[in-house]
Amino acid sequence: MAREVISTGNELAAHAAFDAGCMFFGGYPITPSSEVMHEMSDLLPTVGGKFIQMEDEIAGISVALGASMAGTKSMTATSGPGISLKAEQIGLAFIAEVPLVIINVMRGGPSTGLPTRVSQADIGQAQYPTHGDYASITLCAGSLEECYTQTVRAFNLAEKYMTPVFMLLDETVGHMHGKAVLPDLEEIKASIVSRKRFDGKPEDYRPYDVPMNTPAVLNPMFEGYRFHFTGLHHGPTGFPTEDAAQCQFNIERLVGKIDAVSADVGLDDEADYEEFMLDDAEVCLIAYGSISRGAKEAVMKLRADGIKAGLFRPIMIWPSPAKKLKEIGQKFDKIFVTELNMGQYLKEIERVMGRSDFTTLHKANGRPIAPLEMVAKVKEMF
Amino acid sequence: MAFNYDQYLRVDKMPTLWCWGCGDGVILKSVIRAIDKMGWDMDKVCVVSGIGCSGRFSSYINCNTVHTTHGRTIAYATGIKLTRPDAHVIVVAGDGDGLAIGGNHTIHGCRRNIDLNFILINNFIYGLTNSQISPTTPQGMWCVSAQNGNIDPTFDACKLAIGAGASFVARETMLDPKKLEKVLVKGFSHKGFSFFDIMSNCHINLGRKNKMLSAMENLEWIDSITTPLKKWEALQAEEQMNKFPTGVLREVEQAEYCEMYDMVIAAAQGKRGKITQDDFAKKI
Repeated sequence: MAREVISTGNELAAHAAFDAGCMFFGGYPITPSSEVMHEMSDLLPTVGGKFIQMEDEIAGISVALGASMAGTKSMTATSGPGISLKAEQIGLAFIAEVPLVIINVMRGGPSTGLPTRVSQADIGQAQYPTHGDYASITLCAGSLEECYTQTVRAFNLAEKYMTPVFMLLDETVGHMHGKAVLPDLEEIKASIVSRKRFDGKPEDYRPYDVPMNTPAVLNPMFEGYRFHFTGLHHGPTGFPTEDAAQCQFNIERLVGKIDAVSADVGLDDEADYEEFMLDDAEVCLIAYGSISRGAKEAVMKLRADGIKAGLFRPIMIWPSPAKKLKEIGQKFDKIFVTELNMGQYLKEIERVMGRSDFTTLHKANGRPIAPLEMVAKVKEMF
Repeated sequence: MAFNYDQYLRVDKMPTLWCWGCGDGVILKSVIRAIDKMGWDMDKVCVVSGIGCSGRFSSYINCNTVHTTHGRTIAYATGIKLTRPDAHVIVVAGDGDGLAIGGNHTIHGCRRNIDLNFILINNFIYGLTNSQISPTTPQGMWCVSAQNGNIDPTFDACKLAIGAGASFVARETMLDPKKLEKVLVKGFSHKGFSFFDIMSNCHINLGRKNKMLSAMENLEWIDSITTPLKKWEALQAEEQMNKFPTGVLREVEQAEYCEMYDMVIAAAQGKRGKITQDDFAKKI
């Protein structure tokens, strides 16, 4: 049965993690994400799960990665400055293929920026949070429901692809308080994905000896399958190597297991985007996160004023829903892009569509963009 | 009969990457003998290391092993231990790893008194990266990052660990592997954070630049700056300043973190009331 709840985005993300089987949270307080941590400290011990507030952001993700290495589903939550501090450990998670869900409730930056105000300026950071080559999976919630459903999905993707997954909320979505209708809990439980295990003889276990574009198979620790985790380039059993062919293969596999798979078949069966009144539209608005809500209102206002508008809202930000974006680029002459940054996703849209003749509205002052501002800008196109 | 190390080693990874005459090998063997004395099932043992020469420690022991980033060993190990309190977790870090870049985690690992066995291989230098000053490099020594001589005051790692609340703190050198093994067994048996400051040589990158051309000369210097605790206590303050006491410096029973966390679980599951100050003898 669907569940009606009254809650906030941050709290719903925590409940989603809990329902997805997360048994470990490590973190450090930071505005505007701290409520995720508060809720996890309440939820986890009720089922014997572990919560720990660490001494700094780096320790917050390190402890969570240690738990995931040991074999449990694990999460951390933070905001932009926290991601900056966690960057090196995120790299270890990429190369050692340690699943982890990282919630980033975005605030204004750079640096301390605007701690309590909304922003979507960590879109680029989520794509390349750390040095080296890899491919990131990043989801972005646009509603209270999605704070729940997409966080569950983030866990499934992390376990399926053995990689850190970013769950982006922006301050407005994270602190939004209201009614949400969540899917049936049994349905959620039935959808849960857990990492693959090797069941053969321990002496035959080669966790990183997997074909191109497929993730490593990492068994939990302490069950007889000994191997080595390292942030160095490594061979089939996890031991360091500098072999040129192996290193090249490692990186092509790390990138390919996300990007090549996503381009071919998609990362899972869930929707990577939402289309709103696009069928008969003559202008396409593109927005994500909290301001996509204002964009929907703008669509309705524009339609009331006789302009057939529609909205395309990416949910999976990285890898971008390129096939669909390309289609939109071909179908619509008039495209309007709006973001709470100076055009970070606009660059990706331009790259995918191969054009840059868009009307845009970008703000980086910590304030949301009002529907009427969007309406005015869209009308300039007519 | 000679001790058979092979069952504990990843023999296919031999020889080690450490320099000829490096103390790390002696410490590795002492740790293995201590594990053997403990009778631990190697499937239940995890060795976590960081970056630097000591970082390779984890790859040589045949168990569950993690080679983490620079300085973060204790944070990773805390996640592993909290997830599996039944596991035996050994953390190995160098003086740069554990006291400089990872100093914060060392402090808080000690404070939580989580049941980790933290082995600080203290060779007074960043050896792997060619001799930069570490928090334990003596003042006046010459290093590539102190071209005119080191002025940075040094760290007493054990004092830090005691101050931060580790319930077992010991210092030994690799000069006496039998003694080292005994102290390791004592610490491994201890419930809580066990901190070992193990002094070792780096004649290649500390010694050669500071008139200790051979491993022997470097070891003689280590011998000259250490003395057993009892003897150290009898020294004048001026002499104490230039000697590190060795042996077990602190051993107290103190609530361990994973066990304290069981109280949190019990409270969350309604099996007891919320945790209050009455649960602790220490109120401030």
